[in-house]
Amino acid sequence: MPKDELKAGYKLIGTRPNRPDGLDKVTGRARYGADFSVPNMLWAAVVRSPHAHAKILKIDASKALALPGVKAVVTRADLPTGLSGEDLNLQDNTLAGDVALYDGHAVAAVAATSALIAQDAARLIEVEYEVLPHVIDVDDAMRMDAPVVQEGAADHTVPEGSPPNVARCLDFGHGDVEAGFAEADLVMENTYRTEATHQGYIEPHACVGQLGEDGKGEMWVCTQGHWYIRRMSAAVLGIEAAQLRVTPSEIGGGFGGKTTIFSEPIALALSRKAGGRPVKLVMSRAEVLRATGPTASASMDVKIGMKKDGTMTAASAVFRMQGGAFVGMSPVGEALSCAFACYNIPAIHHEGYEVLANRPKAAAYRAPGSPMAAFAVESLVDEMCRALGLDPIEVRLKNGAREGTKASYGPKYKQIGLVETLEAARAHPNYQVKLGPNQGRGVASGFWFNHGGETSVSVALGEDGTVTVSIGTPDIGGLRASVGLMTAETYGIPYEDVRVNVVETGALGVNEPTHGSRATFANGKALVEAANQTIKEMCKRAAKKWGIEPEAVEWADGAARPAGDNAGKFPPMTIGEIAAGMGASGGPIAGHHEVTMGGAGASFGTHVVDVEVDPETGRTTILRYLVVQDAGRAIHPAYVEGQYQGGAAQGIGWALNEEYVYGKDGRLQNPVFLDYRVPVASDLPMIDTVIVEVPNPGHPYGVRGVGETGITPPLPAVANAVAAATGARIRHLPLSPPKVLAAMKASRDG
Amino acid sequence: MSKIHVTTTVNGDETEFLCDPRETLLDCLRNQLDLTGAKEGCGTGDCGACSVTMDGTLVCSCLVLGVEAQGKTIETIEGMAAGGELHPLQRQFIEHAALQCGICTPGILVAAKNLLETNPDPTETEIRYWLAGNLCRCTGYDKIVRAVQAAAAEMRETA
Ligand code: FES
Ligand code: FES
Repeated sequence: MPKDELKAGYKLIGTRPNRPDGLDKVTGRARYGADFSVPNMLWAAVVRSPHAHAKILKIDASKALALPGVKAVVTRADLPTGLSGEDLNLQDNTLAGDVALYDGHAVAAVAATSALIAQDAARLIEVEYEVLPHVIDVDDAMRMDAPVVQEGAADHTVPEGSPPNVARCLDFGHGDVEAGFAEADLVMENTYRTEATHQGYIEPHACVGQLGEDGKGEMWVCTQGHWYIRRMSAAVLGIEAAQLRVTPSEIGGGFGGKTTIFSEPIALALSRKAGGRPVKLVMSRAEVLRATGPTASASMDVKIGMKKDGTMTAASAVFRMQGGAFVGMSPVGEALSCAFACYNIPAIHHEGYEVLANRPKAAAYRAPGSPMAAFAVESLVDEMCRALGLDPIEVRLKNGAREGTKASYGPKYKQIGLVETLEAARAHPNYQVKLGPNQGRGVASGFWFNHGGETSVSVALGEDGTVTVSIGTPDIGGLRASVGLMTAETYGIPYEDVRVNVVETGALGVNEPTHGSRATFANGKALVEAANQTIKEMCKRAAKKWGIEPEAVEWADGAARPAGDNAGKFPPMTIGEIAAGMGASGGPIAGHHEVTMGGAGASFGTHVVDVEVDPETGRTTILRYLVVQDAGRAIHPAYVEGQYQGGAAQGIGWALNEEYVYGKDGRLQNPVFLDYRVPVASDLPMIDTVIVEVPNPGHPYGVRGVGETGITPPLPAVANAVAAATGARIRHLPLSPPKVLAAMKASRDG
Repeated sequence: MSKIHVTTTVNGDETEFLCDPRETLLDCLRNQLDLTGAKEGCGTGDCGACSVTMDGTLVCSCLVLGVEAQGKTIETIEGMAAGGELHPLQRQFIEHAALQCGICTPGILVAAKNLLETNPDPTETEIRYWLAGNLCRCTGYDKIVRAVQAAAAEMRETA
């Protein structure tokens, strides 16, 4: 479909109305996870392992239980046995079994009549440990003689004789890589490393859980996906999913980190033990950093062959990524699949190792795996452009993936917008600015697959002709606004006539979380189907009234109309008129749609950053920053820009400051925001954005997910800019001032 | 442990509560007075989500004890829309899409209001340094800074 055909004729899509939940959120009324309270509620506190790896010999809660106000203590002994696979992993992470696997691993929890009493009681729970040897670093964990994190973790892909912490091996690709390298004028190979970072949502995990002896329960929780909370909590506790009703609160950020459970089942287990009294569990920031969702850390070898004119002839990647102490959490597969996704290279070989380490169970973080892969590949591409004296955008244009290119990870691309992002970046004024001393420019592109997934929505007509939409994916950054716009556009009614509700698990079929950049894409596609059911029904009601065939009625601008003169001459019957009479004309009008959604179009982006590096301190200042990304169709452009800017800021943090710092004892040394330093307002300039629109043929309005791609290019773009400014190439993030200073010194001396 | 009786003025209303001497002002606001607009993002004074003013001074309420509120005047996000009419900052934040998840918004609004009271025409750099104690993980700050600039301009015009 040509671009303009889709653009033509929209009344609301592409406009920037106020978000419907804005008022609640600027007045402090909106209720987030920790804002929820219910009568007769208890408060929880969790006891966590101070060791990176330790056998739990004994837990004595007698002193805690003797404290007035304490109502229940739970340990692993209160959870059912016999689980396996991912359910067992979830249970093991909720409360440690015989062994604590990382610093911060929960071992017991207490519920009391106040938060202070619960905290006091937690300190009175005595845990006896036998400390075991631990391993933290991903390359250390790959050694044959490394301490073993979990026995028997390797799956069938791991060959005999592999290092004991390797849980999974990957190997895929296409073409003759050796022949490709032989054809190249320049072959370069380097090793790149990134450290673990945290999603850093400002709202700590929080919930109120209530579970009776009858196995019926309720939970209010901040989450990206309440059906996931329901399924996972039910599995960990051995209760029936349908008996647990989960209501999502407003959510204070997630970025992938709130797509799974951490301590939600603990609140329910405590409630069950305390006679069904509801229990509120709110994590501290230190608990969030020690025990929830960091990313993997990565060690990556990349090799690329290039001709003098910039044509890429072959590439290979060997990635080692640890995702904590549990199998299945290292995003090494995604990282490899994303590594060369921007390029059309005739021969590619990917090899990957999922490695266990004594760290918290990693969770998804915005395009999981892709930022690390981009750092390695886009850094090396930049190094080669410099070596050959080529413009980095030209080289990407020359090799860039286009419609019809066979993607590095297998399928053939449909319409995609990488080339358009590169052209827009090249044409942008930022790319022309002359740089001064100690300044440098970096360019990088990035990719994310995007996702559709299990989706269930419903729409219902009010008696006054307004429309209620029920969706099952929490609104994390303007979703209600984009769903409201698409609904109003579909009916041809004012945006203000639509109310979008995020509803609980009892109100819809199963929904996957707000993840994979799917929420606007999938809800939009499903709600158009649901709305069309009601439009068809409204046409039927009008036809009945007019005494003509339903097929002779069409819908436009919020009203049923005779389709052409042959159908008869009747004035349009508005949605309001039909709704007012719907009781008499056949009953309520509502529609719903349930599907596992395909057709999520991939999103590509290109970033250009200018930095200045202080030669005395090694501190990097971001001078200007440009994000260009394909949105397919920007439903509400302000929130699309917001995703671009937010992704860029997180990527800049990952590149410059953020990292998990462990002591020799395997304990996390920076579990507070003062030391785990995310970008603050004074660290950043304005972040310029260009929204490229290459409509996604898999969506009625052309939408592509936009949430994730934006965090991918900043890691290499910033590193490339620092290399341009200093002449020093740093292949290990973050680019902290001491590291930059040392690299500058080494490149001067060397 | 016996609790301490505290009398204070919150958003113009005389208020009293009982608190444990270890409880923070943030906990007292949220758990005793049901004013949950101020959020706890860190509890260590690093994120600003708990920002309120005490006798006109911007504070992290997670670093103030509840008992310190005795005899003081506290302003929170709940008191910002005077008589139901939104403060220009609140309106501009909505219009500029300066919030995504919105968890940082109450604290940032309280802090920005405090800035504009003393500096009605701040530069971009002044806004960025004033808000450096208020973390936002979603927006990259661009739209927040623009919303503050727009509100400041609007307030200067009507002043
Ligand atoms: S909660 Fe007070 S500064 Fe973060
Ligand atoms: S809008 Fe989410 S932290 Fe600021």
